Amino acid sequence: MTRSSPLADRHRALGARFTEFGGWEMPVQYGGIIDEHRAVRARAGLFDLCHMGELWVEGRQAGEALAHALVGDPPALVPGRAHYTMICAPDGGVIDDLIVYRLPDPRPGERRYLVVANAANAETVAAELRTRLHGFVARFDDRTAETALMAVQGPASAAIVSRLTDLELGAIGYYAIAAARVAGHEALVARTGYTGEDGFEVFVPVKLAGALWDALLAAGADVGLLPCGLGARDTLRLEAGMPLYGNELDRATNPYEAGLGRVVKLDKPGDFVGRAALVRVAASGPARRLVGLIVRGRGIARHGYPVHRGEGGAAIGTVTSGTLSPTLGVPIAMAYLPPAHAEPGTMVAVGIRDALVPAEVVPLPFYRRVA
Amino acid sequence: MDVPSDLRYTDDHEWIRDEGETGTIGITAFASEQLGDIVFVELPAPGTRLAAGQAFGVVESVKAVSDLYAPVGGEVVEANGELASRPELVNADPYGGGWMVRLRLDDRAELEGLRDAAAYGTLLAEA
Repeated sequence: MTRSSPLADRHRALGARFTEFGGWEMPVQYGGIIDEHRAVRARAGLFDLCHMGELWVEGRQAGEALAHALVGDPPALVPGRAHYTMICAPDGGVIDDLIVYRLPDPRPGERRYLVVANAANAETVAAELRTRLHGFVARFDDRTAETALMAVQGPASAAIVSRLTDLELGAIGYYAIAAARVAGHEALVARTGYTGEDGFEVFVPVKLAGALWDALLAAGADVGLLPCGLGARDTLRLEAGMPLYGNELDRATNPYEAGLGRVVKLDKPGDFVGRAALVRVAASGPARRLVGLIVRGRGIARHGYPVHRGEGGAAIGTVTSGTLSPTLGVPIAMAYLPPAHAEPGTMVAVGIRDALVPAEVVPLPFYRRVA
Repeated sequence: MDVPSDLRYTDDHEWIRDEGETGTIGITAFASEQLGDIVFVELPAPGTRLAAGQAFGVVESVKAVSDLYAPVGGEVVEANGELASRPELVNADPYGGGWMVRLRLDDRAELEGLRDAAAYGTLLAEA
């Protein structure tokens, strides 16, 4: 059963085309993916993220419980800060990648966290967290259905959001979160995103979704903010070298292979699910590495295409994501390759239909904004 | 949706313009709009022989890859080289500058098996 965003009527009125993603019917594009992509790089874009999962954990041992359940270290977060982390299986495979926000303590001695999960994994993550929280003094609450989330991303996003709130946005650093009134409604405003640009993610109760969407669109109209679909979200995150669960990350992949070993806090106090397996990977090094590729011939490398040695021969890896980069104007891709072939500058060949097309291993990300 | 009356159409949303001995082939406005921003087109070299219904190239949008199918049989006499550097012409001008290949037709009778504009319009209405 496909779920529908509370903003679906607005998307339809804006001429959106829809796609199924993670069990939700979501807009893939309005005017065109390239225009939307460029709006975010140059000005701003507005994204409906109501499909994401919002999972709350609070109580006296909420921090310790999450430290046990996840590879990160939520107790080390101060109130109002967030970090990117993962939930792993006992064998070290990635169940989902997450953002964990610490909110102000609800009562003295208690902690409160918001865990944001990918749509397709939200139910799995919720079930895992419930299980892993057993034995800790911590309450779990899945508020996905009651929460609307939208993102304003791009260099103009602070100017746009500041028109709707008294919150001093300059005081909210990257990966920070604060409660605020936005367009007259109680909201949580986080400086996080998935585009490689500055931007904000705003959480409100689902009944306010339409009002907030309208207010954000209106506030950005004169600076050229465009509503953006999942198509542009995908090309933006790919240029920024950010993994997409299901492409770069899955149960058969560990964080070190994805180049994200830094999120695994092996030195935090206490054991955590997946620790023993991840200690072994950290010691021996991953068997394959996620790399960036730029195709140097004609063709676009796509998800699932084989990667061969530069001189041909048997496949040595697989493309996880690829597109024509709207910003760079060249075909870019990410792929898993053996460490011996993962150094930037290495020439490989991508199997595109019946041809082997040369491609060069390059450092990630493909695009980094000028600070 | 733009469906020129002088063209013939396939159920896969290609069009062909009857020029007597040859026919020019492209994809319809509907197809180009469904694909979204087209960023890459791969076409066969002149001299390539195609049978009716045979895949002869690909058109790629930002998100997806789609095969192109020959509406009728023939030999490729020209491919639109302009699309290598300007694939966006397929979106901007699908029945003009966005044409893909010109075939020397094997059998003009094959054109009769294709949809005319009215029949293609019916197909779109059902889509």
